Amino acid sequence: MFQIRIHGRGGQGVVTAAELLSVAAFVEARHAQAFPSFGSERTGAPVVAFARIDDRPIRLREPVLEPDAVIVQDPTLLHQIDVLGGLRPRGYLLVNTGATLDDLGLGAVAAHLPLGHAVTVPATALARAHLGRPVPNAALLGAFAALTGLMSIDSVAAAIAARFHGRLSDGNVAAARAAYEHVKGVRSHARAA
Amino acid sequence: MAVQRVKFYQTGSFAVGNRLLDPAMRSVQADPARTNAITSGHRACCGCGEALGARYVLDAALRATGGKLVTVNATGCLEVFSTPYPESAWQVAWLHSLFGNAPAVAAGVSAALRAKGRSDIRVIGQAGDGGTVDIGFGCLSGLFERNDDVLFVCYDNQGYMNTGVQRSGATPPGARTATTPVEDQTPGNPFGQGKFVPLIAMAHEIPYVATATIADLRDLEAKVERAMQLRGARYLHVLVPCPLGWGSDASDTIRLARLATESGLFPVFEAEHGEVTDVSPIRRRVPVEEYLRRQARFRHLFEPTRRDDLITRIQARADATILRFGLIDGKEA
Amino acid sequence: MRAQREGSQAVALTVARCRPEVICAYPISPQTHIVEGLSAIVATGELAPCEFVNVESEFAALSVAIGASAAGARTYTATASQGLLFMAEALWNASGLGLPIVMTVANRAIGAPINIWNDHSDAMALRDCGWIQLYAQDNQEAADLHILAFRLAEELSVPVMVCVDGFVLTHAFEAIDVAEQELVDRFLPPYRPRQVLDPQAPVTIGAMVGPEAFTEVRYLADETQRRALTVIPRLAEEFTTVFGRRSASLISPYRTEDADLVVVALGSVLGTLAETVDELRADGLRVGALGITTFRPFPTGAIRAALHDGQRVIALERAFSIGSGGVVSADLRAALAGMDCPLSTVVAGLGGRPITRPSLRRLIAETARSSDDPAPQQLTFLDLDRDQLPRARGGGAWPSSA
Repeated sequence: MFQIRIHGRGGQGVVTAAELLSVAAFVEARHAQAFPSFGSERTGAPVVAFARIDDRPIRLREPVLEPDAVIVQDPTLLHQIDVLGGLRPRGYLLVNTGATLDDLGLGAVAAHLPLGHAVTVPATALARAHLGRPVPNAALLGAFAALTGLMSIDSVAAAIAARFHGRLSDGNVAAARAAYEHVKGVRSHARAA
Repeated sequence: MAVQRVKFYQTGSFAVGNRLLDPAMRSVQADPARTNAITSGHRACCGCGEALGARYVLDAALRATGGKLVTVNATGCLEVFSTPYPESAWQVAWLHSLFGNAPAVAAGVSAALRAKGRSDIRVIGQAGDGGTVDIGFGCLSGLFERNDDVLFVCYDNQGYMNTGVQRSGATPPGARTATTPVEDQTPGNPFGQGKFVPLIAMAHEIPYVATATIADLRDLEAKVERAMQLRGARYLHVLVPCPLGWGSDASDTIRLARLATESGLFPVFEAEHGEVTDVSPIRRRVPVEEYLRRQARFRHLFEPTRRDDLITRIQARADATILRFGLIDGKEA
Repeated sequence: MRAQREGSQAVALTVARCRPEVICAYPISPQTHIVEGLSAIVATGELAPCEFVNVESEFAALSVAIGASAAGARTYTATASQGLLFMAEALWNASGLGLPIVMTVANRAIGAPINIWNDHSDAMALRDCGWIQLYAQDNQEAADLHILAFRLAEELSVPVMVCVDGFVLTHAFEAIDVAEQELVDRFLPPYRPRQVLDPQAPVTIGAMVGPEAFTEVRYLADETQRRALTVIPRLAEEFTTVFGRRSASLISPYRTEDADLVVVALGSVLGTLAETVDELRADGLRVGALGITTFRPFPTGAIRAALHDGQRVIALERAFSIGSGGVVSADLRAALAGMDCPLSTVVAGLGGRPITRPSLRRLIAETARSSDDPAPQQLTFLDLDRDQLPRARGGGAWPSSA
């Protein structure tokens, strides 16, 4: 079982991101579960969502306590919330930012994870460019696919296309693919380094 | 010739069976083939205004709808005295749910009939003042706001009579009730409280709002007929004196209803979409005292000492109502 | 069709397939997605004829349902927590009048203090009102139980509450097979009321019943509800025949046959419990879990048959009776009378606190190790954080500002 935890703020599509991850896994005939940990609708408040992916039916209903991957949609949360709590030693960290991990004070954390497992992606900028809106969730899913190899970018695109329509769908898919390429590039650089 | 038992009801000076009138103009009650929606055998008090009102309202509605009617009744006197299990006085499809939900239940019946393609069957919801102006008020407003296709009828005897004469939002100022007792100089039910739901109904701008009393039963029937010609949310507020709660003579029930209108305390009118369209003018105005004196619930205004201060205030309310609705010579404020 | 969906959406789609004629609901977290889903379906016209009524309160919602059901329409509503309590009077009214209304309760805690997260206090608070109560373990069950519920309700003329853990299930995305319309039609015939408001054949519904007959009416209500204990298994089998998959029934045992210790629970925690059971079994502990799907009527016979002398039982409850003890435990204790099954009560997951595998493992291991029989009214609160108590007490004056 692969467990993911996504951190962000209300209005950034955190819950949708988890749902789309689960749909992408479903597209690949795997079992998946996604659910939020939240309360009343409140833009800007910290939001956490979870996803689980497995080849067997998933029966667990507890929150993800030991994620195999953490996605941080909003870096302003980094020093407010323990976004890294429980991250597994060989886990993945994906942060939405134009800065570097060192800039964000995550250099030490990254160093403890396997090489190439901690990655940043300017998802908001990519979303602005391809979608015209600063909603980074779809882009982050593309980045996630590249980072973990857990699902293909085509499955991510299919999940996005099933949820959104028209320009919104096209834009989100484009952002996801762009983020995918970006992370692939970053990882091959890292391996080469 | 077969002997047919026909029940006639004398109502004050207005005999019900006027054979010079076109049958269509006659009271429903003049028709031996009337439905008797609420039939004899119920347990109402002698002189009950509500029993009289309900009979006229429902038989008129059944005639207007060709018998296609479902009635929803709130908890209260009417429900209690008409359905002592295993007997029932109702000869119409009838549902009693709770005290505060008659408007909502009626809305549900209406929705179901519409879903089943039977909008030809009409719905009446009915309740006393308690079930309409107080505990049923939220549901009533919801029905009005949604414009559900229901005629809601309030039989207003100005208090919670079935439970022992307690004060409701429809109890008039100065009335003694079990929860607005008279001590020393207290007036009974305070002045400056209470609500007149017909005006609130009008504020919802529903298709039809009307008031009526059992003193003018033909007017009551006519208003029911008018209401049943329309669709959407309609409201009828009927003043029905209660001998027990008002402390009046059982034989005075209709007279008191007439005095309530002739004094100006209870305005009789019709309104559509929030605008008054017709009023019943006062034919022979009487001072409120003539109305108050016949009810023990107002006795403290006269004995042991005369409370001119309170009587004057009640008179002032009547004066204001007459002006507001233009009940005399059509002169509105 | 099997698709990755939100639990609420699956419930909405399934209810729609049951061909409701009147739907009415008032918004309350966490049921809102269900009624929003239904209102969208109704708006497309594909459910016609179906009336969707936006009501002014939960009390009005169930009241509209009562009127609609009495007029012969298949009727549905949904609520949670405060909303369920707000319609309490109407709940008793609906069951007393024998109206086969189906309602989803998205289980949520009851305030004060206000809390919008999952526990079972709401449905448990109304366990005596005469409604049949079914608790879904997962979202496939949540969806499928509604089909069963309509059929059950209309067969017995008893209203049915389908309890679905709020947020935990309602807002979870998972693969759910929403039943095909053709199959639903095969399982669920049109509603034929036992009695109905019909001007052509007028009846009086809701008469006043005095001391001379009230007891008999209540006796019959109990007798009728208990018939569900035989009807539900029969319908569950028929469900499997029609839909080709397992249906929830009265109880759902997991590895209980040779267990030394069995945890009894309701709702979504059973999924986590199953995982925990497997882990502990791998460590050599003979543990099992017993899910109660049908809570009202209480399936005494089925539970007695599923357990045997010598098994320790933990009742893991998401609600409790303040000042007394467990709620499910009370029924369980009565059901296990005469059997050698020491029973302890553990309250967990109140107000949405997650019930985690580590905590469950600890609880089960400790209980298995302990040789003492638990005191009958003893209440254990799982994961009670004693450090918070002083603040919760308000630093001296109680009650605090919570």
